[in-house]
Amino acid sequence: MKLSIVDYKSGNISSVINSFKKVEKDKVNIEVTADIKKLNSSDKIVLPGQGSFKSCIDALNSISGLVDTLNEFVNVKKKPLLGICVGLQMFADVGYEETETKGLGWISGKVSKIDNQGGKYKLPHIGWNEINIVKDSKIFKSIENNSHMYFVHSYEFIPNDNKVISATTDYSTKVVCSVEKENIFGTQFHPEKSDKTGLKLVDNFINL
Amino acid sequence: MLKNRIIPCLDVKNGRVVKGINFVDLQDAGDPVEQAKIYSDGGADEICFLDITASNENRDTIYNVVKETSKKCFVPLTVGGGVRSIEDINKLLNCGADKVSINTAAVKDSNVVLESSKKFGSQCIVVAIDAKKNGDKWEVYTHGGRNNSGLDALEFSKKMEDSGAGELLVTSMDRDGTQIGYDIDLMKKISSMVNIPLIASGGVGNLDHLAEGIKDGNASAVLAASIFHYGKHSVIEAKEYLNSKGIPVRI
Repeated sequence: MKLSIVDYKSGNISSVINSFKKVEKDKVNIEVTADIKKLNSSDKIVLPGQGSFKSCIDALNSISGLVDTLNEFVNVKKKPLLGICVGLQMFADVGYEETETKGLGWISGKVSKIDNQGGKYKLPHIGWNEINIVKDSKIFKSIENNSHMYFVHSYEFIPNDNKVISATTDYSTKVVCSVEKENIFGTQFHPEKSDKTGLKLVDNFINL
Repeated sequence: MLKNRIIPCLDVKNGRVVKGINFVDLQDAGDPVEQAKIYSDGGADEICFLDITASNENRDTIYNVVKETSKKCFVPLTVGGGVRSIEDINKLLNCGADKVSINTAAVKDSNVVLESSKKFGSQCIVVAIDAKKNGDKWEVYTHGGRNNSGLDALEFSKKMEDSGAGELLVTSMDRDGTQIGYDIDLMKKISSMVNIPLIASGGVGNLDHLAEGIKDGNASAVLAASIFHYGKHSVIEAKEYLNSKGIPVRI
């Protein structure tokens, strides 16, 4: 099996790479790449993302043919893709961080700032929070409801269709923290930084 | 519900832990990678390395430490000490640090915070503020507490938030090493002024001090060194204590 972690020069992806390498134990051929050919021949793709929605979208767009390749992988070939943090957020139609920016449009919805209730809640939402699993998702196999995951973000994905939500977390509101739509998976939290439970999720994605 | 974090901090000099866990079964008491792993296996919510390497020629030792640690620890890793430029931050992040804490460089030129948070995201930029009370105000010190910048710590905190810092790591120099507890007054004042999380540091001598930092100081996270290093308390003991006081922690 060939798994590619998209390296589009946006933020720090070494932790993501380390976590997949830790889990795969020679089962998987892991590529860290933005090469269109390599991505095309992958069985699975991981789309990390750090920084702002706009900076990540801009970075994806700056690599010729990358977005087209990802679109085809997800929408035509229907192969599994896991988006992490801003990687998940980019699934949306539109994001409002910095300025209004068009997203990948894979899961209809928007990304806007978490309502911190006039300063009552600190932003970014940083730290370990429990996830409420609301839908059976293959990536949550053997992961208990109310497990802790590590979060760090100020913006949240609000999908139009609640059916895609697989987990939420309680902060100032019920924040969507995991989605699944057919072959598309995403987590707002960082499995690569969520210790054993997070590594289990990585393992589940590899074993899909 | 978001949990309050407990962050053990290790001082690293020339790639070796200076003060560290003093367990008999440690193969190499000076190995920061091994110590970080003990902490993360023991329930630490995050690990912090403070590089106190003095000489420039040994400065690169921290990069290897971070690289090796990030292959073995899967909780967030914050690295600080001697971070001077965007390039330093970039290097640490590429080695596997999740957050970088900036102290002197942020005081010298707040643009470092502005630019780095734009480039890498606020989530990985922590500004470390060393504050000391002089008269009726707290002033910001740099160079490991040797130089007084004369800046007001409260105003500086606000400025760092506005510059894009994702978190503030506030150390009371008056309390650091005393083991008599955090400077609650300082923590409370800063945390009520800013909307970003505050990590309290300096002065922890017992578990009650950790509880005070969170309950009275309104800190989102508490950092401590010596109470964990010498086997006085384990991280899990600290968490159980906080839990018994009604403070939400990850157990």
